[in-house]
Amino acid sequence: MTMPFYVSPEQVMKDRADYARKGIARGRSLVAATYDDGILICAENPSRRLRKISEIYDRIAFAAVGKYNEFDQLRIAGIRAADLKGYAYSREDVDARSLANNYAQILGQIFTHEMKPMEVEILVAEVGTIPEQDRLFHLLYDGTVVDESRFTVLGGEAEAIAERLREHYADGLDQQSVIRASTVALAGPDRTLGAGELEVAMLSRSEERRAFRRLDEETLTRLLA
Amino acid sequence: MGSRAQARFSTQGENLERVASPSVAFPFYLPGDDPGPSFAELLRRTGGCPPAPSGPIDDVTHGTTVVALRYSEGVVMAGDRRATSGNLISHRTMEKVFPADRHSGVAIAGAAGPAVEMVRLFQLQLEHYEKVEGVELSLEGKANQLSVMVRNHLPAAMQGLMVVPLFAGYDLRRGAGRLFQYDVTGGRYEESDFATNGSGRLHAGTVVKLGYREGVDRTGALDLAISALFQAADEDSATGGPDLVRGIYPTMATITTAGFERVDADEVAARFRQLVERLSTPEGTASTGATPTIRGGGAS
Repeated sequence: MTMPFYVSPEQVMKDRADYARKGIARGRSLVAATYDDGILICAENPSRRLRKISEIYDRIAFAAVGKYNEFDQLRIAGIRAADLKGYAYSREDVDARSLANNYAQILGQIFTHEMKPMEVEILVAEVGTIPEQDRLFHLLYDGTVVDESRFTVLGGEAEAIAERLREHYADGLDQQSVIRASTVALAGPDRTLGAGELEVAMLSRSEERRAFRRLDEETLTRLLA
Repeated sequence: MGSRAQARFSTQGENLERVASPSVAFPFYLPGDDPGPSFAELLRRTGGCPPAPSGPIDDVTHGTTVVALRYSEGVVMAGDRRATSGNLISHRTMEKVFPADRHSGVAIAGAAGPAVEMVRLFQLQLEHYEKVEGVELSLEGKANQLSVMVRNHLPAAMQGLMVVPLFAGYDLRRGAGRLFQYDVTGGRYEESDFATNGSGRLHAGTVVKLGYREGVDRTGALDLAISALFQAADEDSATGGPDLVRGIYPTMATITTAGFERVDADEVAARFRQLVERLSTPEGTASTGATPTIRGGGAS
């Protein structure tokens, strides 16, 4: 009988983290930024059918990068949690913070206890009635939650993209400017991204109930022109 | 994911079946165990469905008359505001016409509590499906979903908590307004022109039937629905007429390509006043007798 090798916990965690990071870095990135009328989420995604951004509740959106089947499972769980909570209590009681906590718990649990960690990074965004109430929760594969206030980038090249976005971003930008800034940041210096390669959605502050709205290709082409 | 994650994160419906409000633990399911895009199924799993009453329940609050009719641009839905409990009026400002989603609406008659609950669940069911699947259900699919909900309510209906909705919507794929009527067993019947429901349905239905013209415009359809509710209230004690003293008028809504829109209360009030003025002329009112039939006890 062979004895199992001893592997230090540090090494196990590091291996898992490397595995998850590699998986995430294979996909394309995503930007979320607040602007005067809400929160914009812009993803590089050539597919019209398989979406990275979606609606969770009246004022809450979900976005993710990484392995599609894994984040889609998380997305649906989020919709279920939000709808159940809204049904049991009231629509006002559903908030992004508790949803982000739920996600953090489950990602953390899977990271430490399962065979393999989830190769995803997710974003839970909630638009407030005033800009100060906007929330961006960025969750990593191991359950780490980062509470961002102005913008955040998910994906492999997050650092570089965030650096480029910082150059063009300012508080209280209008919709068109924030879309342009995000697109330029995602594309980088060597290429430009057209409407066909982008998936853009927003949570608009002025909407009475369901704030989530997708931008169709036609509108997006016009805004980027 | 192994069974450990499942045990920890999914909710255990079996143990919670008698709990009236759902468990709000994070509903993370394994692919083989997934409840799909149905909110009702999810609610059943998490123990949010109350059991049907085991014995008859009397004197519950009842909603009364609702009307829906098709017109050139879509559908008009209207409902009176009265809720009764036995021979008493229990509520004067009840809403019976609700949006189901952007392009459809539901109007209810029957036991008020379960009916409003059914609407709430139906709204959530449609929204939940749309969010999970990323596309809206077809109008036909929505009508069938409501049929299943009415059918599932049958045990409670047998104990006196009857709920019979009307469902109407604008079918974006066909480009026309459509109407569906239900019976207590969940039977679904598509109506071509109009549908009425509730205690005043016979009188309201007759008025609409006689006044209905194919391709009627918005004004004509609203006036016809108003007239139907007025006549139903005139003949049926459980149907509320326009309350000119308190300023309470029936709820009305139109469903067109623009979606579900409530008719402004001022517009409804103005149309009612016109109807009352028309009826106040001697030719406008049918009377059941010029003189009282009993005079002074009939002795001398």
